[in-house]
Order: sequence, then C-alpha cells, then structure tokens
Amino acid sequence: MNWLIEFFTDPANWSGSSGIPVRLLEHLEFSAAALLLSVLIAVPLGLWVGHTGKGALFVVVSANAARALPTLGLLVLIVLLMGVGTTLPVLIPLVALAVPPILVNTYEGIRGVEHDLRDAAYGMGLRGGQVLLRVLVPVALPLILLGVRVAAIQVVATATVAAYVGLGGLGRYIIDGLATKDFPSTIGGAVLVALLALAVQLMFTLLGRMVVSPGVRPAVRERLKAG
Amino acid sequence: MAVVAGAAALGARSARSHVITFDGVTKRYADGTVAVNDLHLEIPTGEITVLVGPSGCGKTTSLRMVNRMIDASEGKILLDGVDVQTIDPPTLRRGIGYVIQQAGLFPHRKIVDNVATVPYLLGWDKRKARTRAMELLERVGLDAGLAERYPFQLSGGQQQRVGVARALAADPPVLLMDEPFSAVDPVVRADLQDELIRLQNELNKTIVFVTHDIDEAVKLGDRVAVLRVGGTLAQVDDPETMLARPADDFVREFLGGDRGIRRLSFVPADLPLRGDLTVPIDAEVSEAAGAAASSAVSWLAVVDGEGRPRGWVSTEGLPPAGKVADLRLLPYGTFEVNGGSLRSALDAALLAPSGCAIAVDADGKVAGVATREELARATAKVAADGAAQPAPAEQAAQSEQAVPAEGAGRG
Ligand SMILES: Nc1ncnc2c1ncn2[C@@H]1O[C@H](COP(=O)(O)OP(=O)(O)O)[C@@H](O)[C@H]1O
Ligand SMILES: [Mg+2]
Repeated sequence: MNWLIEFFTDPANWSGSSGIPVRLLEHLEFSAAALLLSVLIAVPLGLWVGHTGKGALFVVVSANAARALPTLGLLVLIVLLMGVGTTLPVLIPLVALAVPPILVNTYEGIRGVEHDLRDAAYGMGLRGGQVLLRVLVPVALPLILLGVRVAAIQVVATATVAAYVGLGGLGRYIIDGLATKDFPSTIGGAVLVALLALAVQLMFTLLGRMVVSPGVRPAVRERLKAG
Repeated sequence: MAVVAGAAALGARSARSHVITFDGVTKRYADGTVAVNDLHLEIPTGEITVLVGPSGCGKTTSLRMVNRMIDASEGKILLDGVDVQTIDPPTLRRGIGYVIQQAGLFPHRKIVDNVATVPYLLGWDKRKARTRAMELLERVGLDAGLAERYPFQLSGGQQQRVGVARALAADPPVLLMDEPFSAVDPVVRADLQDELIRLQNELNKTIVFVTHDIDEAVKLGDRVAVLRVGGTLAQVDDPETMLARPADDFVREFLGGDRGIRRLSFVPADLPLRGDLTVPIDAEVSEAAGAAASSAVSWLAVVDGEGRPRGWVSTEGLPPAGKVADLRLLPYGTFEVNGGSLRSALDAALLAPSGCAIAVDADGKVAGVATREELARATAKVAADGAAQPAPAEQAAQSEQAVPAEGAGRG
C-alpha cells in the first residue's frame, strides 16, 4: 500500500517523457492501433464466413492455432527479424492475439442465428446483403461485441510487452521497476494496467447499451421477462 | 348485350388473376429424395387452398417452390400465367406474403417495425409504412400498445398474429402459410383460425395454407388438397365432398374414423322441431307435469320470460306443488335454427341429459326442441347418403355414426 502511495504521489511520475500521462497515452496508442487492425481483419472475415458458410473449418483451425502462439516469443522473433525502432513489431503479436476471439465470436454469432429467422428474412424478400446487415448482424451483435471486448482487454494487458523491446507504454514501469528493484514502480504499473482493463470493460458495457437493440440484449430480456 | 358480356368476361378474367398453377412440378433434393412428384394443381384466386398430408409428404417443399425459397427440378409454377422462374426471387417474394410456424419475427426490431418490413424494403416513406403497420396490428386483433414492444415480450399466439400482419403489410394478393398455428396451444389455435377466416372474408386473398392437421384443413379450406408421402396428389376437393367421397383408402384413412362426424358440420340442421316440449320458468309444477303427461315425455325445456332457454327439468318425481323456477335446472345445449349444422345440433344434444337439442333463433330465443329420435334419424340419413357409393368398409364406419346421438339420450 505504501509502495502504491509512494508511486502515485511522486511528482516525477506525473511529468516528462516517462510520466504516467505519456506512458498511458503510448499504451493506449499501441492498444487502439492493434485492436482497430484486428477488428478490420476479423469482423469482415467472420461475417463473410458466418454468412456464406465457406471456409469455416479454416477459421476455426487457424484461430485455435493463433491462440497457441506465445505472444512474447513472437515479439522477440519479430524484433530479431525486423529490428527495433518502429511499433510494427509490437502490433503484429498483439493483432495475432486479438484476431482469434473477434473472428470466432463474429463467425459463431452469425452462424448461430436461428434458421427460422434467416428463412423469414429471405422469405420477406430481403437480399443476401440485407439479410446479413439488417438481421444477422444486429442479432449477433452482443456476441460480436463480446469478442471485441475480450480482445481489447487482452491487448491492453499484453501491450506491456512493448517494454521488453525498448518501446514505451505502461509496461515500462513494470519492466524497469523489476530491473532496478523499484517495487513501487512495478506495482504501480501493474495497478495502472488493471485500471485500464476495467475502464475498457466499462466502455464496452456503455457501447453495448448504445448499439445493441433492447430486443436482443440479454440483460434487458431477463429483466423484462421477470417484471 | 355484347358489351355487357365483354365486361363480364373482363371482370371474370381479372377476378381469376393471382391463380397459382403447378404444372407437372417435381422436386428432387441433392440427396436424391423426391419430395414432390409430378404435381398438377390449380390454386384458384380469392380462396383458401389447404395442402394437407402426413409429415414428409412434401407440403413445405410445394409451398416454398411458389416463392422460390426452393426451386423446382422439373415442371413449372405459374403465377397469373407467369413462370415464377423468370422472376428475381427477392422481387417475387416481396409480392407474396409468407407466414411460417415459429413466426420468425426479427427480435431486434419493435413490433411495428417488424410489420413494416416489406413496406420499408419497397421504399415506402417511414411514416406511411408505420401507419400501415398500425392499421394491420388492429386488423389482426392486436392492441396498439404492443407496437413499441419487442417480439420476446409477446406470447406465442400474439407473435403469430404479428407474423400474419407482417405478411399482409404490403397488401400482397397471395399469401403462403406454412403450419402457422401448429406451435400454439389448442385454444389459441382455434382463435387464430377464426381470426383468419374473418380476415379472409374481408380481404379475399389467394391463400395456400399448409397443415398436417385434417381438422384445421377442413375448417379453413375452401379447397383441400391431400398429398401422400412421395409427394403425389391424392385428392383435391372442397372439404364437404372430400369427407363424403374420399378418392381412395389413403385419403379415407387420413381423414380418420371420425370423418362421418366431421362431415355433419357441412349438413344443415334441417330437423323437425317440437313446440310442445317447453315450459315457462314461472309456471306451476302441476302445469309442467300436465304438459309432460300429454306429450308422453319425461323432460321439458325451461324458457324464461324473454323466450331464452334456461335448462332442462326432469318431469319424473316432481313435487306435488311449487314453481318450475324452484326445480333443479339441468344443463342444456343450443343450435341455431337457421344455418346451424347437424353437427352443432348433435353437440347441443350431447350437453343435455335429455339427449335433446334446443333450437334457438338468431336472437337466442327458443324456436323449439329437436328430439333425440329426430337427431338419430337425420344422422342415419346422412350416413346412408354417404354410404350410397363407396365400399362396404365405409358403411360400417358410417353406421357407427348414429351411436353418439342415441348414447347421449341415455346419459
Ligand atoms: N433440404 C432437403 N434435402 C433433402 N431432403 C429434404 C430437404 N428438405 C426436405 N427434404 C425431404 O423431402 C421430403 C418432403 O419434405 P417437406 O416438404 O418438408 O415435407 P412436409 O412439409 O410435408 O413435412 C421429406 O422426406 C424430407 O425429409
Ligand atoms: Mg412442413
């Protein structure tokens, strides 16, 4: 506790290039870039595979394979191959980490929409793309968002590895703290990462309220059914 | 005259539009299953045609070939003379109402928006589409307050009504319904069936209705087409003719052993009525005893001051004095004297310990009493008429018919 107070009350930790605001911003930059890239890859692919049923096996197998990749190992390998200096070596393992949960949830969400519903949508005269965008996506949205949220939390937590290869972010407090036996710094960094993960969780809850129809929001359904 | 005749012909032609013709249609699935085999069927405009048959006989397949949810392997389906194969499926489907068993409502959309689905697709202005949707909700007997709810907040029966409203939203001339009422409980199902009959009286759509339930088929169909497994047509007829003259053993068996009873629904209750078997409720018991003695009966129907039935009294073991009103009134049943069916008269008799049915007029006033002897005679006559042409097995089934009426008399 004292270490925490020591860390957060030290004015040196609040300013300059190694201050909390700067480190936090760096951390958010890596994370946001990695997440955005992952969403851009995984969501369209998941929608397409879920809707057409093509390449489903490929998706499941490769997603599982990607999950087995050790993030740190991958990072070290990439740095060895590409050298340091850019953020790209950090983005690749983070994207590899974030794509599987988004891809699998998107695919499963679309594929899992009740057959009758799909049937009714076509029967009403919606075209393939309209069925996907107007019916399947809104119905699968809670699952898709869940996938993105899981990915976002993993990315935020794992972006600490950037510090291993000399890049910034909140990982620096942890890595540097361990190296110099500066425990307040290590613990403070870990707490910051945890707080950030909580903030991400909260943000996704709010996002869900905004974009998911109450007709398919599990919590709303339960409450209204009971009441 | 020629002009008039010409106009009439024109009228007849436009009235015959929205006909659906199955012209030698066969469906063979990829695995080799022949679901529909060389189907020839004309579905007339403005009527409910029911496709009925055991599970797997190709009803759903036949229906879905009309809106090209499934494409035929051979043969043609014509809609107003146009081969459906030449129409782009989404365009075709927007012009045909489609109702399925589980309603298939979009869970993420409010009820009003669900109903407005096709109008939105057709590019209607949002206000107009919603106004139309509200009209339809009312039409199918749903409260306007449900419009802003989501499907999961509605009961199964309500969802099914929304399904019907949605199918009707863009006012399509043709409606395809695939077992739409099979998933709801029997009481709700009967309501939905009555509602469909009422709606159809207003709308005169060309409806193809699929069910495996012969009772539903007979109740709803202007025409009934019975399919057998393998996807061949066994018989098409109006329900009355079909019940009277099943084409073969398969149809007879499918119609079931109580076919004769069902048939009575189509026979008017043309029964001789007795006017002397009633007693006013404010009469003295002695008057009742006198009336019973002179008619040689042991039951009288009690009628109140407004002429409405109140029940039956047994005239055996009557107290020496008192009013009829103080006697124990026993349950009764009524049928309408004009337009009521023999079936409704039999049902009325079954409710009463006397075994007799009370005939009432349109205002519910007693018109007379049909005795159990007359009911038995009328039923036996229907059975004999029905037995005139078909096989002996038939007669045996039909003569059992007369039994319920007599059995009721003993009750
Ligand atoms: N997609 C399909 N592939 C192969 N066989 C099918 C398919 N759909 C239906 N069938 C078969 O075709 C026959 C008719 O099915 P269906 O039209 O659904 O019958 P019904 O609606 O009368 O129960 C059944 O034997 C069924 O198993
Ligand atoms: Mg079926």
